[in-house]
Amino acid sequence: MSTKEAAPWESPTQEQTAGEVSNRILTICRAQREALDWEMQHDPRVFMVGEDISGFGGVFGTADGLGDKFGHDRVIDMPISETGFIGMATGAAMEGMRPVIELAYVDFIGVCYNSIVNYAAKTHFMSGGQLKVPMVLLTGTGGGYSNAAQHSQCLHATLAHMPGLKVVSPTNAYDAKGMMHAAIRDDNFVVFLVHKGASGVGFMGPVIKTTLNEVPTEDYTVPFGKIRVYREGSDVTLVGVGLAVHHALQAADELAKDGVSAEVVDLRSLVPLDRDGIMASVRKTGRLVVVDEDYQSYGVSGEVIASVVERDPTVLKAPAHRVCVPDVSIPFSRPLENFVLPLPGRIVAAVRSVMGMDKAT
Amino acid sequence: MYEVMVRSRAFDDRLTEKYWVEKKPIFSFSAGPLPGELHTSHGQEPIGAGVCGALTPDDMITTGHRPHHVAVARGVNLKEMTAEIFGKKTGLSGGRGGHMHIYDKRVNFSSSGIIGEGLGPAAGMALARRMQKRPGVALSFIGEGGVNQGAFHEVMNIVGIMKLPFICVIEDNKYAVTTHKSASTATERNSDRAACYGMTGEFVSGNDPDLIFAATERALERARSGKGGTILEIETARLLGHFMGDPAGYITGERKAYQVDPIPEYRRRLILEGVLTDVQAIALETQVIREVDEAMQFAAESPYPDPESALNCTFSDQQDMSKPFLETELF
Repeated sequence: MSTKEAAPWESPTQEQTAGEVSNRILTICRAQREALDWEMQHDPRVFMVGEDISGFGGVFGTADGLGDKFGHDRVIDMPISETGFIGMATGAAMEGMRPVIELAYVDFIGVCYNSIVNYAAKTHFMSGGQLKVPMVLLTGTGGGYSNAAQHSQCLHATLAHMPGLKVVSPTNAYDAKGMMHAAIRDDNFVVFLVHKGASGVGFMGPVIKTTLNEVPTEDYTVPFGKIRVYREGSDVTLVGVGLAVHHALQAADELAKDGVSAEVVDLRSLVPLDRDGIMASVRKTGRLVVVDEDYQSYGVSGEVIASVVERDPTVLKAPAHRVCVPDVSIPFSRPLENFVLPLPGRIVAAVRSVMGMDKAT
Repeated sequence: MYEVMVRSRAFDDRLTEKYWVEKKPIFSFSAGPLPGELHTSHGQEPIGAGVCGALTPDDMITTGHRPHHVAVARGVNLKEMTAEIFGKKTGLSGGRGGHMHIYDKRVNFSSSGIIGEGLGPAAGMALARRMQKRPGVALSFIGEGGVNQGAFHEVMNIVGIMKLPFICVIEDNKYAVTTHKSASTATERNSDRAACYGMTGEFVSGNDPDLIFAATERALERARSGKGGTILEIETARLLGHFMGDPAGYITGERKAYQVDPIPEYRRRLILEGVLTDVQAIALETQVIREVDEAMQFAAESPYPDPESALNCTFSDQQDMSKPFLETELF
């Protein structure tokens, strides 16, 4: 079984999907499903638990067909008892299995947070390394589709804050497959966040083209803790996670028309966080705008800025900016929701401010 | 089983002595050689001895914030557990866990300080063994107060659906910290709840290790023969407060009279029945106290961990990612 490091990846252009006929251009959902399928095929320790996964394939189709292929006692439908089945997955992992849990919406961690942070995340530490908890919690994040405050959150910081959790979020199909392989093979508890808007799931409308790319048929891993530079630039660094990266790419296109060269950085992994990679980009551009669909305060955006200014506050030519959800719950009504999300228009405005362009006009 | 009960009691007695060092006249959790909260098992020893006496090495245990009697009975390494409780480098977890968080993988033992949270992991261990086609029944110990956690309902229902080899041991000492069972629990017997979950309910009163042993054997037999899980409710005693330093002034009158020390009772009976002579009992007690003292001495003489070791063990050091899985002996 050959495994290779993530190959240098080129940003797909919009023409790539339209012009090139390839059945290997996949959505995030399909790509991560391939990794799950491969790992279940090759590793008898891997199994899945979740709601509506075995027959239905999961709300996002991640387990599509896996129940029939591997059996319903290996792709296990659970009752609506997240504390129960996440606790069970933890125990199974402690006994040598490699469970993959599907928790459809990250918002639901409210009902099982204790089993995640007080048990699963702390077992390796509290046991002094005697017991490992190698498992994956796969869950959907984000809003933008009028599903209101309880089905639209990202909760990046809520998870990344907790010691003992690796927290990752792929933004394209190639990364999704490689990161899913890496997550399942990791000896730790990995929270695998996929923004619903980026995942390519049917009910979210047209697929965002920058999430699609060519995915190798063989298995490979994309290691955690390395940023991906989607687009190189020289004037400002746009750091994002999840769907925000694609908003930033759109903003960068817009800014290019004004002659602003924006570098777009995808964190890919919140824990571990590639502070060196962020620093290298900001050192190059001298300006920083962080885009995060999570609540603004006490979050990833502040952490990114802190990791720059802790190292060298003189690197910034202008104050850093944050484009996040302004510490309110996600509203239902479309104009209200669009107002609070970090959409491209807000990113463009933030960059203009950082560049001093708002004062010039 | 008498020996196990005495060992557990001697262990808790010694810990209690050490606990009060430097905590008088001004009580502070953080003071002295044994800091933190301490929940001893005085009165609950028959459960550890009776249940664990019936187990095989394959069986698995998760328990809660009051773990000593179960840990001692399960054969958790006494010296390393003592060192852990004193926060020493030689402790089971190098001082990261403390008395509520006792882990000894060698005997399939884990404990957690959050009420009810050991239930899911135990059921998952049972599921893992089934998938691995390996023997082993999982047991989770919980108090009568913990039964009111949502986790109990969720996990028991799943155990019932999947007919897992699982035993939920309810240690009913009548008090959830200060709240009496009559104020916390709508049903008289928690084992009656088994009917809702497709499990078998067993109720054992009298805090008698022989009856507990027999009930555990029945539950194990059901679990091993595919007949599913058991809710094993055991009435026991809590002779002291919830934690050391709690004078338990709220336990009065009849309710105080209920809390009978099971060890002298059992000793009397064994001698009466001719199982044990007084001389044998004294020899056994002396031997057990010596073992416990050796463990205390081991802990006292052990160094504290390097402070920087606090930074280790949050994550497992990574294996070789290129291997999708290790050739495992599990299957």
